[in-house]
Amino acid sequence: MAQSSTLGDKVYRTILFAAATSILLIVAAVFYMMVQSSMPTLQRFGIGFLWASEWNPSQELFGALPFIYGTVVSSILALLIAVPISLGIAVFLVEQAPKKIAKPIAFMIELLAAIPSVVYGLWGIFVLAPFIREYLGPVLQDNLGFLPIFQGRLTGIGMLTGGIILAIMITPIVTAVVRDVLEAVPNTQREAALALGATKWETTMIVLGNAASGIAGAVVLGLGRAVGETMAVTMVIGNSPQISASLFEPAYTIASVLAANFADATDELYLSALIEMALVLFLVTVVINGLAKLLIMSVAGRANASKHT
Amino acid sequence: MAEAATVHSKRRIINLVMTSLTAVCAVFATSVLLIIIGFIAYQGISSLSWEFLTDTPKPVGEGGGIGNAIVGSAMMTLLAAAIGLPVGIAAGVYLAEFGKNWYGNTIRFIADTLIGVPSIIIGIFIYTVVVMPMGRQSGLAGGLALAIIMIPIVARTTEEMINLVPNSMREGALALGAPQWRVSWNIVLPAATSGIATGAMLAIARITGETAPLLFTALNSRFYNFFYDQPMSSLTVQIYNFATGPFEVEHAMAWAATLLLVGFILVINIAVRYLTRKKY
Amino acid sequence: MNIKRNYFSRFGTFAITIFVAVSLGCSGQQMGSGNGTTSSSGTIKIAGTGSTFVKPIMDKWGSEYGKINPNIQIDYSGTGSGAGIKGIQNRTVDFGGSDAAMTDDEMKQTTGGEIVHLPVVLGAVVLTYNLPDVKEPLKLTPELISDIYLGKIRKWNDPKLKAENANLNLPDTDITPVFRADGSGTSDIITDYLSKTVPEWKEKVGRTKNPQLPQGIGIGAKGNEGVMGQVKNTPNTIGYVELAFAKANNLPAAQIKNKAGNFVTADSSTVSKAAAAFTDKMADDLRFEITNADGPEAYPISGTVFMLVYKDQQDAVKGKALVDFLWWAINDGEKFVVDLHYAPLPDTLVQKVDAKILSITSGGKPLRQ
Repeated sequence: MAQSSTLGDKVYRTILFAAATSILLIVAAVFYMMVQSSMPTLQRFGIGFLWASEWNPSQELFGALPFIYGTVVSSILALLIAVPISLGIAVFLVEQAPKKIAKPIAFMIELLAAIPSVVYGLWGIFVLAPFIREYLGPVLQDNLGFLPIFQGRLTGIGMLTGGIILAIMITPIVTAVVRDVLEAVPNTQREAALALGATKWETTMIVLGNAASGIAGAVVLGLGRAVGETMAVTMVIGNSPQISASLFEPAYTIASVLAANFADATDELYLSALIEMALVLFLVTVVINGLAKLLIMSVAGRANASKHT
Repeated sequence: MAEAATVHSKRRIINLVMTSLTAVCAVFATSVLLIIIGFIAYQGISSLSWEFLTDTPKPVGEGGGIGNAIVGSAMMTLLAAAIGLPVGIAAGVYLAEFGKNWYGNTIRFIADTLIGVPSIIIGIFIYTVVVMPMGRQSGLAGGLALAIIMIPIVARTTEEMINLVPNSMREGALALGAPQWRVSWNIVLPAATSGIATGAMLAIARITGETAPLLFTALNSRFYNFFYDQPMSSLTVQIYNFATGPFEVEHAMAWAATLLLVGFILVINIAVRYLTRKKY
Repeated sequence: MNIKRNYFSRFGTFAITIFVAVSLGCSGQQMGSGNGTTSSSGTIKIAGTGSTFVKPIMDKWGSEYGKINPNIQIDYSGTGSGAGIKGIQNRTVDFGGSDAAMTDDEMKQTTGGEIVHLPVVLGAVVLTYNLPDVKEPLKLTPELISDIYLGKIRKWNDPKLKAENANLNLPDTDITPVFRADGSGTSDIITDYLSKTVPEWKEKVGRTKNPQLPQGIGIGAKGNEGVMGQVKNTPNTIGYVELAFAKANNLPAAQIKNKAGNFVTADSSTVSKAAAAFTDKMADDLRFEITNADGPEAYPISGTVFMLVYKDQQDAVKGKALVDFLWWAINDGEKFVVDLHYAPLPDTLVQKVDAKILSITSGGKPLRQ
């Protein structure tokens, strides 16, 4: 009896161990595949690949800069839009709204995260792009046209459209994390501030201040989502490898050039250049996710950090 | 005294403005959701028909439908679930029961990393290790790509759900002399089933909406296909092709297919929320 | 434990069990079906991928051929000519489609030996544009096309454009050129044409499936469909697509000045005339192009779509079905070509392609006598 139970324990544990280890093996295999496939460009161009700005596969010129630029700028744009809104929503839900209202609103915002990327792309092509071309763009150009970022042709397809779509997509994630972070701040802090005569908003500011590193974690996590987003962005960003000051001009991201060209990159060096960019994207998301986890953990504790990463 | 009053009212005004602004943010975000869903429903409903739901694609202008894409999406999701759920749940149980050490922490971090890896990279990986050796794009490759996306999600939610099971249940059984695996399998897991099922349903909803990992793995097909070794159509890839093309009939089909897809995903999300509402 | 939760846990277990059972059932069935070329119902699936230029006619052919041979499924997906070449090189498909002949380098990187080029149809690459107020067709010279895509002409009412189009009321708006973001045979045809006619283009861009334009020129899109979609959705754009796409979307196609100095409208007959100028000069392996043809009525940006097939087929059953389909497409399927605004192959070429098809073997044995 006792023997069979130890045997059972061993078998059970081994099966579970194998399943858990499979995750490790998958990630190791993905990483190995990418390093191996990107060897040709790694050896030929070295680290300079990252800031070379010429991209011309037919002449074997491979510079990742336009794609890195597009990825970074579209993601930052998304954060600039999404973070204030997410903070507002989270504060409203945690600090102000009665539970009866907060719950359904929180749920509806979570639903935004459930909508597939390709659906945002479809909506972007037929609703958002025309809206930017016909309404938002002209308004921005009429009032702020002296800024280089708002100059140029208005096609509705470009960096701004990509950034706005990304902002909608990351808002629910940033909101959810900020909510958890705020909920983790002890109520005694609020009570103390209110007792000292602070207004509700001033109290909120104090709470936000104390949760700052967790909020930073939420922002970094949003960034992690934005840099890897593929379909919605590729459908509206214009897929042109260029570095332009104007937000109305087309751009390109790493994920979208992979989607567009992986299937037809026959040349070894071309394929290698694409996969090296995928490797860069992979490493960046690993670092970003790790950082976000640390930041959130410092405020909300283990349980919450694990919930969102 | 008067100065104090103005400072006071200034503070009150700021308070009022800022607290209303937060409400505006919430209203704004919820209206974006409603606008998107409303648009999908409005545009999609007019193209839904029996023919659309059951037919295969035809040359532009001759009608056709997305029946094969529905079947393809369902089959690849099923395959992904058949692999992803057992592996993911087992990994989650490991993390919860035996993972309070350096190895568990490593796996936890790696799993979170895998969740954050852009899904297009998973597609490229599967292309290299499955499509190339097999010599064919296939539903199998598509399903495997989706399974890889699913495993870490399921593992992490499973772990979380098991952690919610009170330790007293475990201790009671162990005290009665039951072996650890029996306690885990017959007592802890059943207690966490509803939570694990919730996570599983949400993970299924999530992978049904994936497009990028299918582009190079499952490709697309114009026919009904009930075998995993052939290229397979999916709702998401069809939506992508329809949406980026020029044809108005295809745009209409894209909206209708989207209505179907988003409908499915929202129904799962809402059902899960309704069934688990007591817990939150 | 309350009732709801209990109900849910049972529901969850049930759902998971069903999922697992059904999935395993399906995979089991698949394993039992042998090598997968034929299913239990005897259906033969032929997978092809590549050129989006040829997609409309391939869809039509696939659909019509299926009516005559219900057990043969021709499954062609439009992914771009570059992807068609990669697909046949890596043998992930049974045939590739490309409107650019494979280069010698590409021919060397194959996994299944020699590849045969089978031209199946001719077509026109047209410059289509979104200018709702311009009713008469735009007239373009190769220099104008080059200047637009190199960013030297940036306004629709540029004097150079007006010089050739005095009759048109061209607007004072920015031009947004749309180009192909994926590896494309359509790009290959137009860059080949511009390289032959405009020295500056040859020097700066050259002939390629992946043209790179100067910064800030335009929008990249995937496939003929993507370029057409972008042009259709966005005012003041111009893009290059197969004629069928412009026609099906009621968008105009510019008249192009040919070698003889005439402005020619793209249609089946002007494309045929371009091909006629080349029939005597075609290489034996049928890798040829028909851009910038001689002849007063030849449309200068014409092209050929090739089906790329291994000379020796691995699977005799599939190989036979593929060869029969291609034979049918070239000899009987030509009647659908003109309706979709493509041009049929000249008779002399059909004979050459027929001979190529007859040379395809499996295990050394010809698949069709």
